[in-house]
Order: sequence, then structure tokens, then C-alpha cells
Amino acid sequence: MIKGISIILLFYLLGNAISHLIGGFVPGSVCGMLLLFAALCARWVKPESVRGVSLALTQNMAVLFVPAGVGIMAYYGLIAQHWVAIVTITVVCTLLVLISVGAIAQYLDKNFNNKKSTSDK
Amino acid sequence: MKELASSTPAILLLVIGSYYIGTLLYRRLRSAWVHPIVVSMILVIATLLLLGIDYPTFKQGAAFLDFLLGPSVVALGYLLYEQMGHLRGREIIILVATLVGGLVGIGSVIALGLLFNLDDALIASLQPKSATMPIALPLSQQWGGIESVTAIVVFFTGLIGSIVGPWILEKCGITNPIARGLALGSASHGIGTSRAIELGALEGAVSGLAIGLTGVTISLLIPLFEWITG
Repeated sequence: MIKGISIILLFYLLGNAISHLIGGFVPGSVCGMLLLFAALCARWVKPESVRGVSLALTQNMAVLFVPAGVGIMAYYGLIAQHWVAIVTITVVCTLLVLISVGAIAQYLDKNFNNKKSTSDK
Repeated sequence: MKELASSTPAILLLVIGSYYIGTLLYRRLRSAWVHPIVVSMILVIATLLLLGIDYPTFKQGAAFLDFLLGPSVVALGYLLYEQMGHLRGREIIILVATLVGGLVGIGSVIALGLLFNLDDALIASLQPKSATMPIALPLSQQWGGIESVTAIVVFFTGLIGSIVGPWILEKCGITNPIARGLALGSASHGIGTSRAIELGALEGAVSGLAIGLTGVTISLLIPLFEWITG
């Protein structure tokens, strides 16, 4: 576990360094995630060594979102003032993404899949 | 007394304990509306109001949880690696579809935001909404958004996908399991994925993969849109 925690922290630190170098336009944690993914693919990091800590962190991640959500008490006025726009945009844009991704993926899987289609499984 | 109540162990106990109560309730009622996050948020806000603790003081006490968001995103790299193994031969389909999802997602938020005459801070708070929460929160802050507005909107985005997503996909004739999983994960991150898992193992795996990829895509596309719109 200690080894896994060290590896995760090391990649987080590396990610932050890279984020800083490229002017911060991608968050350090996202850079760290891509670096860890690349290191796993390249077999520089053994999957077993980070498995335990990764699952522990990601399986209980929702509890980490509570503090930001509680901030609604500080921004209640702003949200109340613009709630029609916020709700409309959230609903419309989410459905647009859902339908466009589904339609494109279905089209591509039907026409360009080099394996047997999974839809008849 | 107030000092003790706003100390780090008290705040952490409040958040984690109320979340635990939320999971117990969720297990009994099994409805997306009593998601442990909602229950926990309500309990925490009620407690803070009762004790007269303001948000900045609370946020300071919860700094440890905020810190853990970073390592959790890094850990998603492991999940991405694990899920990638199930999907060899379909990399291109998955990448193209998530890229389209990112473009449609951010583009439509900006377009509708301008239509509604929203100010920049609100648009910046809304545009990362299809990304998974730990990625959406720093993205919102980084581009001038309000983290807490993003948290609410990201959660709501997840609920929409999980509640009406499968029904909408069926109405649109999208029956391919890969397409359904990708759509739910790209549009509604982790909450969409938990619904995709109920549809089937393949849907769940693809959806999980889409969470990480969508997070990366949105991180890269926001600066691009920012650059285009000046």
C-alpha cells in the first residue's frame, strides 16, 4: 500500500510539474493520470503495485465531492437568479452529448469495426 | 465550542459521517434522488447553519478531502488502463465518439450560454459539466468558474443521464451496447456509468472508459474554445 501511495503521489507531482511547464492549461491531476496510464502501458509501473490504492481512491470518490457541493449555501443567490438558464442548458446540452455520442459510436461500430459486431451477441 | 466544531476532525467527521448515513438511506430507498451526495450535502449544510459556521471556515476544515481529489484523478489512470484491455480493436471508435461528445458538450454550453446572456463566470462553471467531478472542479476554477456551481451542475448532469438516458437512447434507435455505454459515460460521467453497468457488462466497461477519456478531452478542448472565442 505504501508503495502504491508513493507511486500515485509521484505521478501527481510529475503531473503538476508538466502542467506548470505547459502554462497550466491542463490540470496537473489530469497530466498525472495520463502519465500513469502511459507508464502502465509501457510496463514501467506494474499494475499490481497501484491497484489497491487506485481502487480505494476511486471507489469512494463521491465523498470528496461533498465539500464543493456544500458551497451551494454560499452561492444560493446566484443559482436562484439564473436557475432557468442553468437547468435548461444542463438538460439540453447533456441530451445533445448523449445522442450525438451514441449515434456516432453506433454508426462507426456498424461500418468500420474490424471485429465482429457486438450487437448480435 | 464553535472552535472545536469547526476543527479539522469535526468537519471531516461531519462530511464522512453524513455521507455514511447517506449510503445507508440509499441502500434502503434505492432512488437516484437520495444519492448519498445529496443526503450528505443537506445534512452538512443544516449542521453548519445550526452551528453558525460559514462556508470558508468549513472549506478550510475540509481541505484534506479537497487534496485527495488530485490523487483520485491520477488513480483514474489505472482504471483507464484496466478498462482499455477489454476494448482492443475499437480504440478509434471510442476516441472519435468521445471527441465528438466533448465538442458538442462544450460548444452547446457556450452557444446556449450566450443566448441566455450568462456572464463568463457562469459559462466557465457550466462548460466542464460532462467531465467527471474531480476533473470538472479544477477545470471550472482554472477558467474562471465557480466551483460550487459546477459541483451542482455536474451532479445534475449525472442524474439526467442516469434517469432518462437509456430511454432517450432507445427512442433514438441506439441499441448497440458500445454506443450506449459510451453515450452514458461521455454525457453523464460516473453516475451515468453506474446506470450503464445495470444495462450490461460491456456497456459498463465502455462507459467507465468514457469517463476518463471525456475528462481528458474536455481538459484539452476548453483551452481550444477559449482561444477561438478569444
